[in-house]
Parts: sequence; structure tokens; C-alpha cells
Amino acid sequence: MTIPSSTIDGVIAHRRKSARRYRLVLAVLLTLVAAIFAVTLSVGQSITPPGDVLRVLVGEPVSGASFTVGQLRLPRAVLSILAGLCFGLGGVAFQVMLRNPLASPDIIGISSGAGAAAVFAIAVLSMNGPMVSVVAIVAGLGVALLVYGLSFRNGVAGTRLILVGIGVSAMLQSVIAYILQSAPDWNLQEAMRWLTGSVNGAQLGQALPLLLALLFFGGLLLVRGRDLETLRLGDDTAAALGTRVSQTRMLVIVAAVGLIASATAATGPIAFVAFLSGPIAGRIVRNDGSLLTPAALTGAVLVLLADYVGQHVLPGRYPVGVVTGALGAPYLIYLIVRINRIGGSL
Amino acid sequence: MTDHLLVASGLTAGYDNTEILHGLDLTIPPGKVTVIVGANACGKSTFLRTLSRLIAPSAGQVMLDGKSIHRTPSRELARTLGLLPQSPIAPEGITVADLVSRGRHPHQSLFSRWTRQDDEAVDSALTATKTIDLAERPIDELSGGQRQRVWIAMALAQQTDILLLDEPTTFLDINHQIEVLDLLTDLNGTRGTTVVMVLHDLNLAARYADHLVAIADGRVQISGTPEEVLTEATVRQVFGLDSRVISDPTSGRPIMLPIGRHRMIAIGGMGDASQKESA
Repeated sequence: MTIPSSTIDGVIAHRRKSARRYRLVLAVLLTLVAAIFAVTLSVGQSITPPGDVLRVLVGEPVSGASFTVGQLRLPRAVLSILAGLCFGLGGVAFQVMLRNPLASPDIIGISSGAGAAAVFAIAVLSMNGPMVSVVAIVAGLGVALLVYGLSFRNGVAGTRLILVGIGVSAMLQSVIAYILQSAPDWNLQEAMRWLTGSVNGAQLGQALPLLLALLFFGGLLLVRGRDLETLRLGDDTAAALGTRVSQTRMLVIVAAVGLIASATAATGPIAFVAFLSGPIAGRIVRNDGSLLTPAALTGAVLVLLADYVGQHVLPGRYPVGVVTGALGAPYLIYLIVRINRIGGSL
Repeated sequence: MTDHLLVASGLTAGYDNTEILHGLDLTIPPGKVTVIVGANACGKSTFLRTLSRLIAPSAGQVMLDGKSIHRTPSRELARTLGLLPQSPIAPEGITVADLVSRGRHPHQSLFSRWTRQDDEAVDSALTATKTIDLAERPIDELSGGQRQRVWIAMALAQQTDILLLDEPTTFLDINHQIEVLDLLTDLNGTRGTTVVMVLHDLNLAARYADHLVAIADGRVQISGTPEEVLTEATVRQVFGLDSRVISDPTSGRPIMLPIGRHRMIAIGGMGDASQKESA
């Protein structure tokens, strides 16, 4: 009997092929973000030539374009990308950790918690700027702990956590609606932001705190990305592979809530971006590598694209959350039907 | 090759406030196949989970080479002590090769790259479990027996000198049960891996164990060679069941034949209890 000595070459080839596919996916997603970003900057109600766009970006005054591109389109696009990255990354971290696409922060109440706190801070306490983000993060963590605590019985079962989360989320949604109702000087646009999420009236000043939150919390997640990946095999297997399960889980919760709450404080809870990004990225990446970065990029694509569609493609103008909401709802229904049938994992 | 010594002493552990193990002592003989048996809810799974630090004991400790496993860094421990849990979860659509390479996790760190050594470990795990031809297939397409071999391959890729398995043959057809147990015996023979597993089937346990351990009421009732442990007295004590134990003509190991209330024939000493009842 001869043992084929070439089996290891097959193993290496398989690994290289999958690493290549993964790099390709990242490259395509990055290109997509860049392309939509470029289109958003130059094509709106009027078309600005790419040359003018570039001149505005490097800070030269261009008559007409300086305002439309520099003041209107650029802040909007930058904020869309950052919020998309935060929502995508925070969402997939929860979905991977709890091995369930329904365990996304916007389904289990964390986004509504952060949103309710932000609305309260702005409308009742008259706060603004980074303090709003801090209040939103604290509230998001509070809701995460509350949902976790309420669903704890001999450890946390995914389904119980999701059901508790949906309940908490509904409650917090009504808190948002109540505050919006009782604060009379709110206009419809502001209200829409806190109900479905919107990047209307975006300013570049909002981008910096969001960028810092993304670097800090996102960095934390990426550093622990491999440990998080092992959780997909079940807590027991993860522990057997040397992952400290509860420590990893705490860290992931803090980082993901930080991302979601910061983005929510800036743009409102843009409906379903956190929920959709992970599963879409999962379809593209399969098991070629970690879902974190692809899901973040998918989030950015979703927000950029949905905002563009809401502004320029649909008749009338809609905030981004209305478009992502319309995309997300059918997927939610599909997922619930499918999970009922086969039991789900990401 | 493996002289790692795994010792449980005075192990008390359980869930919530229910204590399941009551001061369990056991030394795992290095380089041997140890099989743990016992009735449902006797604590055999809890014991294996405590042995592999999935549960922290409330008293007593598990020592690996004289050092408490709960004080050993998790990753370091995972390079010596492997575990295949009862129901591991495969991410949807993952291929065999990808799943098996997850076993390399404790050998990698944040900035380390995948090395030739990692590839070799994966390759030899796939080869040893005869899953190399399945490498490119998604695991959800495989049969139960194949899937279990893939999980074992993942544990092998971890290259630990001690491997713990929680009921590795559950839900498998008898031919696949034998296949898995033969594979683990090969592993013990060729790599010298210390194997510790919980098994349901007493006869398979007696056939494959070098060292058989019977647990009841959260303590070790008896341990030793299969001949010492699988006796009519032990079966009565541990399972509350009358039985005959004879020598298995295919393996020479003891084999247990249960005595129930029905379908018994009165030959020789067989079925003493029922004879008395019917008399």
C-alpha cells in the first residue's frame, strides 16, 4: 500500500484558494464602497464633474460645487460610510457570538435603547455633541445587560434572548415615540431620524467622534476576531480550543454595543443595517474567513446605496432608514419562516 | 510520547445548586484508553466536563502534571488537553478542511501566520481519520459517521497528547460506532494519545478500554481492567441490573448479557432471579 504523499499539497491548495477568494471579496466590497461614494459625490439633483469634486475635496473653492459637494453630499456620504461600518460590524459580532442572525442589536433592543437615550438626552436634557453618544452607549450597555439578565436561566439560550429582546425593543420604541410626541418643537425630519434613521442634515463634525468610536471598538473586535470565530463552533468547542468564552463574550458585547450606540447617536437607528449586513456578507464569504470586515463593508455599501436610492431614485425623498427598512423586513420574515423549519445558525 | 498526568482529586461539582460529583478521585493512566461508564445522571458527563475545565469545581481540583488546569492559561492548556463535546456545532456550509483547520486555534496568536506545521497537522488529521477525500465537501452533506470522523479530525489537528470525548458514538449506527472506536484505538496506538471517553454501551466500553471506570452517585465505584470492572456484581451495583457476564468469543473481553423479566431461558445458572420468582 502506498500512501499518497501529495495530500498535503491538496490541503495547502485548498487553504490558498480560500484565502484568495477572501481577498477578492474584500477587494470587491472596498471597490463598491469607493464607487458608490464617488457617484454620491458627483451625481445628485445636478451633476458635478469629477474634476470639480476632486478640487472641492482638496479644499479649493469651486463656485456652486463647494456648497453642494462640500456641505451637502460629502458629510452625508462620509457619515453614511462610518455609520454603515459601525452597524455592520456591531451587528455581525452579535450574530456570530449568539450563533443566530436574529440576535442582531437592532432586533434585540440595543439600537432602540441607544436611540431612546439619545432622544431623551437631546429633547429633554438639551444635550448635544459627544455627550449624546456617551449617553447612548451607556443606555445600550444597560439594555444589553437587561436583556441578558432577563433571559438568563442556566446560561443564556439564543431563542429566549431574542424573544426577550424583541419585547424590550418594542417597549423602547414606544418610549422614543412618546418623547417625540411630547416635545412639540421637533420637526418631522428630526423625528424620522429617531424612528428609522436618517443622514439628513449630516455635518462633517459628527464624523470625527464616530470615526474614533469605530477605531477603538472596531479595533477591539478585530483583535479578538479569531476567538469570536471559535464561538461559532459552540461554547464547549470554543473553550476546548483555548478561547476564554465568557471573557470574549463580555468584550464582544461592550465593543459591539459601543459601535451600535455611537452610530445610533449620530444617524438614529438606521433600520435593519446591523441585521442585514452579517447574513449578506456570510453569503458572499461562505467560510473563507472572518465575517467581521466583510460585514462592516457590506454595512457601508447598504447605507450609502439606500440613502442614494432614497434621495435620487425613488419619487420623492425618503430618509435612508425607510429604504433599508423596506429591504430588511422581507428578509426578517424569510428568516423567521426558515428558522422555524430548520433551526438557524449564521 | 505522552507522559502527561491528569489527576482529579476530591472533585465536587454540579450545576446551579445541585451537586452532581461528590468528591470524585481518579488518575488517568497516561498513554492508555480510559472509558467511563455509568447510569444516566450519575455524573459521567459532568465529570468529563469538569476534567476539561468546562465546569469549575466547587471543591477539589483537576491537576495536569501537578498544576491546576483552572490556573493554566486557556490556550496553553488547549495544546495538551483536547475535548470533543457531545454536540459541537458546525457553521452552515463549512467545508471539512476548513472545519478541521479550526483545530489549530490554540497554536496561533494574533500576529502569527499559518505555517507549514499547521498544514501538516491538518493533513495528518484528515489522513488519519480517512476524511482527506472529503476535504472539499461541506460538512452538512456528510453522513453521521463521516461527520463524527471530521470532528475527531478537528480535535486531532489540535495535536493534544490527551483527548477527551463525550459519548463520541451517540446517534451513530453500529458499524460507524465501531469505526470511530477503532479510529480512536489506532490513534492511541500510533500517536500514543491518552484517550478518555464516556460511552453508553457497556460492552463496547469493555471491548475498547484499557482502563474502565464505573461511576455512580457522583463517585468512582470501581476502576481497573475491563475484567476487573465488568462483573455481575458491578452491573448490579452501578446499574441496578441483574446480568450474566461471559467472555466475548470475538475479543476475549467480558461481555454483559442483561437479565430481564421476560424472554429468559433457564439454562445452568442463567436467570436465577426469574427461576425463583416463577417457582
